[in-house]
Amino acid sequence: MAAMLEVKNLGISFGGLRAVNAFDLTIEKGALYGLIGPNGAGKTTVFNLLTGVYKPTDGIIKLDGTEITGKSTVEINKAGIARTFQNIRLFKDMSVLDNVKAGLHNHHPYSFLAGIFHTPTYHRVEKEMDEQAMELLKVFELDKEAHYKASNLPYGKQRKLEIARALATEPKLLLLDEPAAGMNPNETQELMNTIHFVRDHFGMTILLIEHDMKLVSGICEELTVLNFGEVLCQGKTSAVLKNPQVITAYLGE
Amino acid sequence: MKNKKLKSNLITYGIVLAAFVIVEIMMATGNITSLLKGLLVPLCVYVVLAISLNLVVGISGELSLGHAGFMCVGAFAGAFFSKCMQDVLTVSGVRLFCAILVGAAVAAVFGVLIGIPVLRLKGDYLAIVTLAFGEIIKNIINAFYIGKDSNGFHMTMKDQFSLGMEADGVVILNGPQGITGTPKDATFAAGIILILVTLFIVLNLIDSRDGRAIQSIRDNRIAAESIGIGITKYKLMAFTVSAALAGAAGALYAHNLSTLVAKKFDYNQSIMILVFVVLGGIGNIRGSIIAAVVLTALPELLRGLSDYRMLIYSIILIVIMLFNWAPKALEWRERYLGRFFKKSAEEGE
Repeated sequence: MAAMLEVKNLGISFGGLRAVNAFDLTIEKGALYGLIGPNGAGKTTVFNLLTGVYKPTDGIIKLDGTEITGKSTVEINKAGIARTFQNIRLFKDMSVLDNVKAGLHNHHPYSFLAGIFHTPTYHRVEKEMDEQAMELLKVFELDKEAHYKASNLPYGKQRKLEIARALATEPKLLLLDEPAAGMNPNETQELMNTIHFVRDHFGMTILLIEHDMKLVSGICEELTVLNFGEVLCQGKTSAVLKNPQVITAYLGE
Repeated sequence: MKNKKLKSNLITYGIVLAAFVIVEIMMATGNITSLLKGLLVPLCVYVVLAISLNLVVGISGELSLGHAGFMCVGAFAGAFFSKCMQDVLTVSGVRLFCAILVGAAVAAVFGVLIGIPVLRLKGDYLAIVTLAFGEIIKNIINAFYIGKDSNGFHMTMKDQFSLGMEADGVVILNGPQGITGTPKDATFAAGIILILVTLFIVLNLIDSRDGRAIQSIRDNRIAAESIGIGITKYKLMAFTVSAALAGAAGALYAHNLSTLVAKKFDYNQSIMILVFVVLGGIGNIRGSIIAAVVLTALPELLRGLSDYRMLIYSIILIVIMLFNWAPKALEWRERYLGRFFKKSAEEGE
């Protein structure tokens, strides 16, 4: 089976600082993969490299067999990578429904003039978008809040909405940046179920950054541990978490 | 929700139509002062300008201080067209319609040309550069001389005698003296139609796929890119549509004046339009309309107070601002006018 994501020798320098160095990563289709490491290890930088926010200094990135190295964020999203953010980035003054519909943007096109004149095409496509967006919202139990302003949602639901919006772009690979940050144990448990469900229901490949070890050991099948921009250890979750190097660098005795 | 939005939009159209009917009745019964009558077309012009600027400031979230520049381009393009076509198109309504289209098209071209470099900037920097471009447009038009004779058009930037025209030549654009003798085709009805068309374009654009993309960039640029929305395309779209509408308003404005000079379109004009938008509520289209009408009419209606006129005008601006934004005023409003405002707030959401 071909890998969904293949990263080889990825690296980036900011001036004299080598933020990520010789980073290799292979994620199989349908996998739930975790990226962990101490603060400042370069985890979010890896996400930014994968999504084209930063251009890598060296290395290649292949998504589902196609090379996407150096492409823009917009192109990479169209190629099939969607993400959420560590600090939630919703369209806060738009409705919950419109947030998801913005995610559907590239999959339901109609012309500028159809939008201005509200032609029959406009009404047909908008109806399709409404239906598809509501379906997604139902999956995340946000359908009752569809017409709320996004900023009025409670924290946990905002995180869910961000995932729903990312899924609306119909990605092949979903990147979650600390999805459980700021959540209480109950919310985390619920989130774990949601992530599992997304993987099974949409057949999604998921890569996530997380500090909550309960969540990581609970759902990730494989892990990569990053320390000072370099891979410390890679492999099956259970094996990685027992690795003495990982315990000294990150987990603690 | 969908219905609420639709209802809110219908109310906005309704307000404009009601204003039209009331003024027409007043005119028919002779209950209108000549001062107010002279104000009708400028009122329409400023309403259109305020709505179109709100598209950039409120919906696209970029502070533009060069709106008068686009109005200027539209005004001169429209007036130039009408002067050239005066003998060909004799029906004033048709001529005005074509002139407005020309004004809008030329302003749209300028919108694209200026938008491409300018929209790479953000915030204060964008504001300053748009201000500069507005001034540049004004000064360039101020320096142009264009004439027409049996050989066709002549153009120079020196003076009118350097045009080198035949004996039958006429100067159309006369440098700082601008364009004189544009046919006075502008009517109140034409102004109201232009407002309705502007509303139709702006409200429908907001409630479409492209409008959603524009607003998503306003709310969070990085997130918008991450879901595959191209920033430049949609910023440019909002900026260009806004410029075109300002150009249309400029063309209407030009057909209400016997002399059109470029120096009227300075940054004071741009700031004034921005004041309408801010006082009416950023992103609130209906608010822009009301603010533009009140603030255009007010200085004229206060004319009787002569010296104190601008003082009172300024104080009213401050009071409106406080009433709209100060926390204490909001609290007071909630308590005493709660029921009324809650209703309109829900509609606005």
